[in-house]
Amino acid sequence: MKDTPLSNCERDFLLKAIEEKKRLDGRQTYDYRNIKITFGTDYGCCFVDLGKTRVMAQVSCELVAPKETRPNEGILFFNIELSPMASPAFEPGRQSELSVKLNRQLERCFRNSKCIDTESLCVVSGEKVWQIRVDVHTLNHDGNLMDAASIAAITALCHFRRPDVSIQGEEITVVSAQHSTVCLIYCTSNLDPCEREERVMDGLLMIAMNKHREICSIQSSGGIMLLKEQVLRCSKIASVKVSEITELISKALENDKKARKAGERCGFAESMPQERITALKMDETPVEMKNVTEKAEDIVKKYEAPPQSVPSPLVPAPGVGQVGQGQQNSWGLEEEDGESEEEEEMVVEDQPKNKLDQGECCK
Amino acid sequence: STQTRALKYSSLRSTGLRVGQVLLPGDQFFCEAEETLSLSATARRDTAVCGPGLRRSGDRVLVCVGGLLRHKAPNVFWVQSHSKRYVPAKGECVIGIVTAKSGDVFKVDVGASELASLSYLSFEGATKRNRPNVQVGDLVYAQFLVANKDMEPELVCIDGAGRANGLGVFGSGGLMVKVSLGLVRRLLAPGSELMADLSGLFPSEMVLGLNGRVWVKSSSVQQTLILSNLLQSCETLSPDQRRALFHRVKQGTL
Repeated sequence: MKDTPLSNCERDFLLKAIEEKKRLDGRQTYDYRNIKITFGTDYGCCFVDLGKTRVMAQVSCELVAPKETRPNEGILFFNIELSPMASPAFEPGRQSELSVKLNRQLERCFRNSKCIDTESLCVVSGEKVWQIRVDVHTLNHDGNLMDAASIAAITALCHFRRPDVSIQGEEITVVSAQHSTVCLIYCTSNLDPCEREERVMDGLLMIAMNKHREICSIQSSGGIMLLKEQVLRCSKIASVKVSEITELISKALENDKKARKAGERCGFAESMPQERITALKMDETPVEMKNVTEKAEDIVKKYEAPPQSVPSPLVPAPGVGQVGQGQQNSWGLEEEDGESEEEEEMVVEDQPKNKLDQGECCK
Repeated sequence: STQTRALKYSSLRSTGLRVGQVLLPGDQFFCEAEETLSLSATARRDTAVCGPGLRRSGDRVLVCVGGLLRHKAPNVFWVQSHSKRYVPAKGECVIGIVTAKSGDVFKVDVGASELASLSYLSFEGATKRNRPNVQVGDLVYAQFLVANKDMEPELVCIDGAGRANGLGVFGSGGLMVKVSLGLVRRLLAPGSELMADLSGLFPSEMVLGLNGRVWVKSSSVQQTLILSNLLQSCETLSPDQRRALFHRVKQGTL
């Protein structure tokens, strides 16, 4: 299925709005949309909502033989699926350019950052190691899939419990994720673009950073020319945002741990208690209104109320209203009394003073 | 699209349908029968007009869309549902985006399952030598000339007498947003409070397409953004909430 094309008028408007530093939904230039993290019943399953963009990540593990070149290390495998549920532009089956790009970016971001200690995944050196597989499914595409996918992947990894196998029996230990790595996407000096803003952008700068303020990977695509100051500024903003997001992730993980300990029912179905067929829920968007008051008042002062085109009616007798005085009868007929004439229609023209046929208007 | 069907009154009223009841696809629709049917009178055939959401199959009328049953005297029934997906219908005015020029015809995207075609000659004052100035990516406000499930939909930008009458290319400087079909119909209803409230906020221009697309333009980028956001939030607000919100907007304290 084809996606709706972007019209020229929308493109011009978006570019003009960006120049004036206005976003479509009222955010500031460097604001993120609302991030919501929920967990599923199994360990290692998590949903991330970034505004309307929605992704799900699921972590699973399996014992396999290690790579020959690295017999002591476990294997990490990332996979992003762009399902047609997310957007009419995604077709099932075929590997599109976007999906290849997202997969590569995600792999590079997590592997290079070494956020998971792969040596701890080794069970028997040279024979059996853990292969951890992270599957990210996109459920709704409203821009910035990369960020949502990276947040989902790292949260799922932190949430996952790997079974520890020893000769005697089974114990459960947590996969130690040493530090969370989060990617951030910038496009044409806007942070976290929504879908329409993404279509208008010329180029993209992606910075992956961890909470220790170490840059794990930077990627620039689209061929835009970036100034040194711009890149530095972006990385500074990135460090602030990354610490916010990391805090959010750890809070979500803690809440979930508490809920599970207390024996509460947890999982995807529980996190949406309000759903009814007839309920339409929308989050409030803060739209900036500051400059508008003066303008609105100016406009109201300039334009007065439209003048009344008809003077107020007289009431010569109860039940009868008369508007205007009427003029000389120019038809050459005998003059009759004004009140006995019955003319249903009254012609009212724009010029307020004259040209009102004499008539009765019934209340 | 409304189709007139002749229905015999059924003396069985097993389901007892009420106006305003929720119907689901697959339910059977019964006409409301009279209280008493005199046996001596000849059997009358009454026509009920089935609107969107009701379809005849054999001698039954089935519901094919989930929603509320609505009735307009004397005999029009239809199912009102919340939908965002547009199905072309003849005579409706929609906003389309020109996607391609091929030969003598523009291909226009109206949000339906097929691209509609718009001929070069269906603009006011257009001749074979005097072609209209339409580029790929422009917005057009056009009316459906042909729209059924068997043929490709066709649009025109003139009315029966050859005048433009508001149709044609437009849209420099505004913003187009997508809303549900029900909201557009509410805005276009005569004497609509929603429309009156919206137009009382800022001086603005709006073009409403029955395919759920609304183009808004106001005197500044910020006002246009505010209007488009208010429009999208009007879908889910009750009248009281909406009035309170608009009041806050007018005072500038949002």
